[in-house]
Amino acid sequence: MMMVPPRTHVSYELKDDVAVIRLNDPTSKVNTLSVQMQAELTEVMGEVWSNGAVKSAVFISTKPGCFIAGADINMIQACKSSEEVTSLSREGQKMFEKIEKSPIPIVAAINGSCLGGGLEFAIACQYRVATKSRKTILGTPEVMLGLLPGAGGTQRLPKMVGLPGAFDMMLTGRNIRADKAKKMGLVHQLVDPLGPGLKPAEERTIEYLEEVAVGVAKGIANKKVSLTKEKGFMQKLQDTVMGLGPVRKQIYKTVSDKVQKQTKGLYPAPVKIIESIQAGVEQGGEAGYVAEATNFGKLAMTSESRALIGLYQGQVICKKNHYGTPEKEVKKLAILGAGLMGAGIAQVSVDKGLTTILKDTAVDGISRGEQQVYKGLNDKVKKKALTSFARDTILSNLSAQLDYSSFKSADMVIEAVFEDINIKHKVLKEVEAVIPPHCIFASNTSALPIKDIAAASKRPEKVIGMHYFSPVDKMQLLEIITTDKTSKDTTASAVSVGLKQGKIIIVVGDGPGFYTTRCLAPMLAEAVRVLQEGVGPKRLDALTTSFGFPVGAATLADEVGIDVAAHVAEDLGKAFGSRFGGGNVDVLKTMVEKGFKGRKSGKGCYIYGKGKKDKSVNPDAEEILKKYKLAAHPAISTDSDIQYRLVSRFVNEAVLCLQENILRNPVEGDIGAVFGLGFPPCLGGPFRFVDSFGAERLVGIMKRFEDIYGNQFTPCQLLLDHAKNPSKKFHK
Amino acid sequence: KEKMLVNSLPLLIFSLSSFQTKSKKTLARPNVKNIVLVEGVRTPFLLSGTTYSDLMPHDLARAALQGLLHRTAIPKDVVDYIIYGTVIQEVKTSNVAREAALGAGFSDKIPSHTVTMACISSNQAMTSAVGLIAAGQCDAVVAGGVEFMSDVPIRHSRKMRKTMLSLNKAKTLGQRLSLLGSIRLAHLSPELPAVAEFSTSETMGHSADRLAAAFGVSRVEQDEFALRSHSLAKKAQDAGLLQDVISFKVPGRDIVSQDNGIRPSSMEQMAKLKPAFIKPHGTVTAANSSFLTDGASAVLIMSEEKALAMGYKPKAYLRDFVYVSQDPKDQLLLGPTYGTPKVLERAGLTMSDIDVFEFHEAFAGQIMANLKAMDSDWFAQTYMGRKSKVGTPPMDKFNLWGGSLSLGHPFGATGCRLVTTVAHRLQKEGGQYGLVAACAAGGQVSDTHSPQMVFQQS
Repeated sequence: MMMVPPRTHVSYELKDDVAVIRLNDPTSKVNTLSVQMQAELTEVMGEVWSNGAVKSAVFISTKPGCFIAGADINMIQACKSSEEVTSLSREGQKMFEKIEKSPIPIVAAINGSCLGGGLEFAIACQYRVATKSRKTILGTPEVMLGLLPGAGGTQRLPKMVGLPGAFDMMLTGRNIRADKAKKMGLVHQLVDPLGPGLKPAEERTIEYLEEVAVGVAKGIANKKVSLTKEKGFMQKLQDTVMGLGPVRKQIYKTVSDKVQKQTKGLYPAPVKIIESIQAGVEQGGEAGYVAEATNFGKLAMTSESRALIGLYQGQVICKKNHYGTPEKEVKKLAILGAGLMGAGIAQVSVDKGLTTILKDTAVDGISRGEQQVYKGLNDKVKKKALTSFARDTILSNLSAQLDYSSFKSADMVIEAVFEDINIKHKVLKEVEAVIPPHCIFASNTSALPIKDIAAASKRPEKVIGMHYFSPVDKMQLLEIITTDKTSKDTTASAVSVGLKQGKIIIVVGDGPGFYTTRCLAPMLAEAVRVLQEGVGPKRLDALTTSFGFPVGAATLADEVGIDVAAHVAEDLGKAFGSRFGGGNVDVLKTMVEKGFKGRKSGKGCYIYGKGKKDKSVNPDAEEILKKYKLAAHPAISTDSDIQYRLVSRFVNEAVLCLQENILRNPVEGDIGAVFGLGFPPCLGGPFRFVDSFGAERLVGIMKRFEDIYGNQFTPCQLLLDHAKNPSKKFHK
Repeated sequence: KEKMLVNSLPLLIFSLSSFQTKSKKTLARPNVKNIVLVEGVRTPFLLSGTTYSDLMPHDLARAALQGLLHRTAIPKDVVDYIIYGTVIQEVKTSNVAREAALGAGFSDKIPSHTVTMACISSNQAMTSAVGLIAAGQCDAVVAGGVEFMSDVPIRHSRKMRKTMLSLNKAKTLGQRLSLLGSIRLAHLSPELPAVAEFSTSETMGHSADRLAAAFGVSRVEQDEFALRSHSLAKKAQDAGLLQDVISFKVPGRDIVSQDNGIRPSSMEQMAKLKPAFIKPHGTVTAANSSFLTDGASAVLIMSEEKALAMGYKPKAYLRDFVYVSQDPKDQLLLGPTYGTPKVLERAGLTMSDIDVFEFHEAFAGQIMANLKAMDSDWFAQTYMGRKSKVGTPPMDKFNLWGGSLSLGHPFGATGCRLVTTVAHRLQKEGGQYGLVAACAAGGQVSDTHSPQMVFQQS
């Protein structure tokens, strides 16, 4: 006889006539619908269904903070063909169909993340109870991985939350909190999270959730709880309207147009999601399920999906501290300079419980900075993501001041003062005179080499770079720069603070422009040249966004600040020589002289009105460009050529950073480029782009440009190596 | 982790001079004045919206003060100070202590002030009085509490208030008309007193239901406790034990002389009620919660020296008190658990020394949760930094004359009722030490407080 291995992921017990089925993957922090989980689930359900004494069932996870976080991505990645993925999807669909058609009612008791396949599982059950915990989130994030909900989600969700709600959920992939889910009709009943009682809070909350779910299951089984919900007037009205064919047709069209506009046709998943939903609604269940499975298979094999999955996995890696636990936890943070950057750093620190000092040299400065922090928090209050009371207690962590008092108890100082080496040296010396020996000095410079700043330090092992991106509360990336002298503990501490602030972190070596600024500079230099050659800011923006950049190059320059761009171009130009040439730096300098510093001054390449989207091309900037006009070379000035001129310089510089050990690995390179600079996510970052586009093809294109412009387009050695040997890939 | 600490728990130790039956130690301390409870009274506690509905808060407080004057026959100018506790303030009489004192005929030379500390407001009034006497400032202080839920201040919306205030400053007709013209329908929606904890936006009932669930208190346990409270209150009322209740002639109405919320029901009847806060699976119902109540109370507190000199026979000594506070979200109503061991340790007593327990019953579920917490080693070790559990009060000494669930709970007035009841029970039952505990659980107020008191007969 064959030995049946004991079940490790799924267990169940009978509570009266209710089968309570508990999920817990002992090998992971989260539950996923792995092969093992699915096999055990099928086995357990078989036993439950064949037991005549069982009148109802409850699914619950015993893992804190997680119901089921989704399907196992590895399962999909292991597939070699779209057919294989399609059959995976068919199996999932069948399993959930059985749940949906279960002879006994099944209640899903949800605490923690219920995402992707987990949500598809839950919505196949007859009833859903969820805790109101902040950790309880429901959603279909597949689209962010370039996929679609492939286990019945595209078919069941429209019926459950209506067509508009279903589109919104599946096309944005956003997380939905429990109370919102209840309003949408995604869950039937909510359970409050409990405080501590005779057991730890979360343990008791899960137990309580189970008690309530068991009660509901019994109620459904003996018909005391109804599964059909009385529909409100608005719901009935919406149903009637959605029942009209032409109305639905209009919705499909509107949604498709919107998707086309936002994705510029670069992302196939949203289109396939619309297709699958449409197939189900218009042609009925079976056609819908087939469309879903087929489209799922197709999407899984696209380069876009691989790129997005790569980014997801890279992001997970970059959210860990690879440098160990710091000897002393940073509890008190001091920030020098209450400008946009300084206040932004304060904003993401105070709400994580860090005691934060915001120091500036002028009352106006700290007043503006404090207001920025207040506004950031208060906007959350307005959106009901925070109570006004929580806002106030968070703000109690912030103190704004003009002097160095209480710096003697600071654990870390981050300077965000003007980008001038002399000023940096001055504040470094002032700070070192007052801080305790263990205190770390971090510089939020975007281009000055950290070793130059550290040259003025008595303790260079405590000096590090922490390069934040503006606006700090929105941009997820933090680039940490270590010098040869920076100690490992200092790095560990900086990473730990960054992680606490919710950042995705790359740690790079020191050098002019580090990694991110260094990649961006040649691309911006090329953008200036393109502008000088007569391509207007609007067309330049269109060319870059249609390549997948979320922000066009001209707009990006305005956002970064023309003065900053000029500064960086000049500094890096000195450091790297003619390779960083292209456009004339004087274009930028002249703009700065005229006060066109970008969005912050109201004028740059564009003139900015009061509204966020209100902008028009700045005619005076165009005049300047005319003054510096260059003749375009017809051989390399097609739209596509212009795009590759911009992108290839970016990518080549990124590869060079890896070659020169500024970057430790391609993963951090891709994450830094996408999350810090907006490199097209559908391409997955410069390294994945080289892998999928082909190094040889890229080198070929660059050689054409090199013939005309010279060394700015000379491929670096590492790129050449990859071109020579196609089996060489940055990502396995 | 953000842990807000806003909970408190005072404990008073009373000892009664007339009973010396037990040979327990006195809690008198060297160089600390003996402070005594001379008398305590209260108006009948009525369901809000009944006989008191046309009064104002200071009317009730006045009635309690007059009752106290009548009982003690204390000359109106002997009292040095008057302190009242209240929760929902009537804006016209924000210092309700002063308005009530003047109206009750006390000398206008007696300073008075009003305190607020959610459901332990009158405990705060009493402990403030103790403080004034201990500090040598006063010899005789009247403390009390009042709550009037039949009428609460309902305000115009903030928008409307802003417009009205601007209207005051408008100089020309044009300005006035333009301000009037700016009033929209949204301006007219009124603002009710917050029914939720300011810091967490959670209502007290909701919090109590979660607390009951956290400690696994069943619906049946809660209903049983509520039924016990009503049955014991009825027995005490019928037996004439509630001597602190004074008769009150309500203007335009009849004389009111007893509480009207005592309604012993049956488990079957109570089981029919739907949950009031957490639906559909909650366990806190109207029947196992305290109800909205109108009422006032007053006590006379003196230095022992002065009381004896004036020929009073004090009811008890007030020795000591402790205030504690906890996280307002998850431990809002757990004050008694935290406070009881602290106060006992301060007094050098143990649970078994206490003859009479009076705990404020905000919700049956909250009382049961506290009893379970006090009986748990895990809770004591994990949250209280103690080696072992606090221990639970024996039920045959616990709230034997009913409690807030049955007698009613006028937020600001309950503290004095608890203290007076302990004194009376000690006399009646012949005990020596009594303990009072309460958590601040006003349906409409903030904070997490717990007052407790121990009584000693010496």
